Amino acid sequence: MSIAIRHISKQFGAFKALDDVSIDIPSGELVALLGPSGCGKTTLLRIIAGLDFADQGQILLEGDDASARHVRDRQVGFVFQHYALFRHMTIADNVAFGLRVKPRRERLADAEIQRRVKRLLELVQLDWLANRYPSQLSGGQRQRIALARALAVEPKVLLLDEPFGALDAKVRKELRRWLRQLHDEIHVTSVFVTHDQEEALEVSDRVVVINKGKVEQIGTPESVYDHPATPFVANFLGSVNLFHGRVEDGHLHLGEHALALGAQGGSEGKAVAFVRPHEFDIVPGWGAGGGLPATIARVVSVGPSAQIELSRLDGELIEVTVARDVFHLLGFSEGDQVSLCPRHIRVFQAEALAA
Amino acid sequence: MSTSVALHASSLERHETASTREPAWVKAALITVALTFFAVFLLLPLGTVFAEGLRKGWGAYLAALINRDAWDAIKLTLITAAIAVPFNLVFGVAAAWLIAKFEFPGKRLLITFIDLPFSVSPVISGLIFVLLFGAQGWFGPWLQAHDIRIIFAVPGIVLATIFVTFPFVARELIPLMEAQGSEEEEAAVVLGASGWQVFWYATLPKIKWGLLYGVILCNARAMGEFGAVSVVSGHIRGQTNTMPLYVEILYNEYNYAAAFAVASLLALLAIVTLALKTLVEKQTRRQLQEITEKSGE
Repeated sequence: MSIAIRHISKQFGAFKALDDVSIDIPSGELVALLGPSGCGKTTLLRIIAGLDFADQGQILLEGDDASARHVRDRQVGFVFQHYALFRHMTIADNVAFGLRVKPRRERLADAEIQRRVKRLLELVQLDWLANRYPSQLSGGQRQRIALARALAVEPKVLLLDEPFGALDAKVRKELRRWLRQLHDEIHVTSVFVTHDQEEALEVSDRVVVINKGKVEQIGTPESVYDHPATPFVANFLGSVNLFHGRVEDGHLHLGEHALALGAQGGSEGKAVAFVRPHEFDIVPGWGAGGGLPATIARVVSVGPSAQIELSRLDGELIEVTVARDVFHLLGFSEGDQVSLCPRHIRVFQAEALAA
Repeated sequence: MSTSVALHASSLERHETASTREPAWVKAALITVALTFFAVFLLLPLGTVFAEGLRKGWGAYLAALINRDAWDAIKLTLITAAIAVPFNLVFGVAAAWLIAKFEFPGKRLLITFIDLPFSVSPVISGLIFVLLFGAQGWFGPWLQAHDIRIIFAVPGIVLATIFVTFPFVARELIPLMEAQGSEEEEAAVVLGASGWQVFWYATLPKIKWGLLYGVILCNARAMGEFGAVSVVSGHIRGQTNTMPLYVEILYNEYNYAAAFAVASLLALLAIVTLALKTLVEKQTRRQLQEITEKSGE
């Protein structure tokens, strides 16, 4: 079922949680609502579910205005950050809940309910836990049960509120891969909220970046990462080095140094520029290749890449990442004087940052 | 109220360290003082009740309990509790639900009003009803015209008891429900549960121990209330005499053995209540711990 979010606004007292938000989610997609905490993403999810109500705007489910429809009748599944399992019920009873509370004439036969519960538990690969209680399960298992419970009523839309937020890093990684696989199997339109950019980029078909109640950018993970539309998106997705300067005749001027912007250029005037840590080439010696002079301050060479911290002449720090074997090939050590040549610079007008 | 105290007590349970260990004589002195106080002010009176009740032997003890007046008093006490407790159970759950799950103007005021019966003297509570429903009261003439008796009759006793025991259940549930939040309820609604199903399957199992705790306290007070009931009762033997009032009448008639015999029943009720309370308290504490663990994840 497709979801259309039309001009949704929501205010809590003086705080504007959502400000004229419009998003279209086609049927069968897995979409991430990504933003810092307090940006309004959870509120938006709850409004789609019908757990909260917008002050203005509409939610269209499959083209029909659902704004006035009760949560019960929206055919959505909701997964909570803290699982919200019924702790006095067994796992099987938890999963069966949505099927058992239906009015008698719509309710399935008991045997059919049990069959379905078994199938769902197999789907989340936890059928051996059917007779346990939630308190006997690990966090990751509980969240999978919560997902099975939400899927039991065959929702047209699946909404997940920070589903992996309460889990530790390793389980989180496993589970999000699993969620992606599950989605490829069942293809139910899904929206999940997260503040973890890695999670959003890895799992979703499309990412909606939200900040201060407004949509900053909507796009595929690659496009929002490679072509951020606003300084906020550039800053929020992945780590980034920030430069303040001026753009004049195709160059970014930083103090007395200038970096060529290449074909992309940039509009003249005060500007902020972003360069990701892995988008630098390091050249030995100051002033070489038109690069930015810097001194290597610290090197952390653990894992597949080397994290290099350099200080510019004015003392500001720059972070650079290169593959570890490349770094060893270059043979730099702490204290060396080098030049940094960015392969890619994203330039925004300075006013855009303040907005 | 009491649950939050229990919660604090459990979080205060700590291991004795060198810096907090006291010398042996301080320990001994503190324990002696505490035990002496306990014996003199709690154990002694309780023992006296039973000793005095049995002073004239088991025969007199049983005779004091098995007679018409005593039986009527016991019956009235049970009836009063049987009406007041369910009433306050329903009201308490409704009020706690309202306060814990919704934001509305005047919420603080409502909480204060729920506490009102705790803060005014029971005698005043009784007087309020006399002023409302008594012969000279606001509704007195109308009630007389329609031949309805409230004051100096059973309805008055029930009303006064309900008023006095008003806060127990609500007070017990409000902090519990506030701590639990409403995620499970929301989950149930999204899964299609009706309002009643949400309460029955999601809310009630979460609050049942706290609820039982409130009901036990409410019941103990309903059966033991003296002041408010005394004002509205009129002390008519066989009609408007509850057990505490009957004890007073017997005592004023210098019938000490009988007075203490009836009193011993109330004392027994208190002991049973305490035992139940301890049991339930353990459960409530466990439940609260589960919440803390859950939110601590």
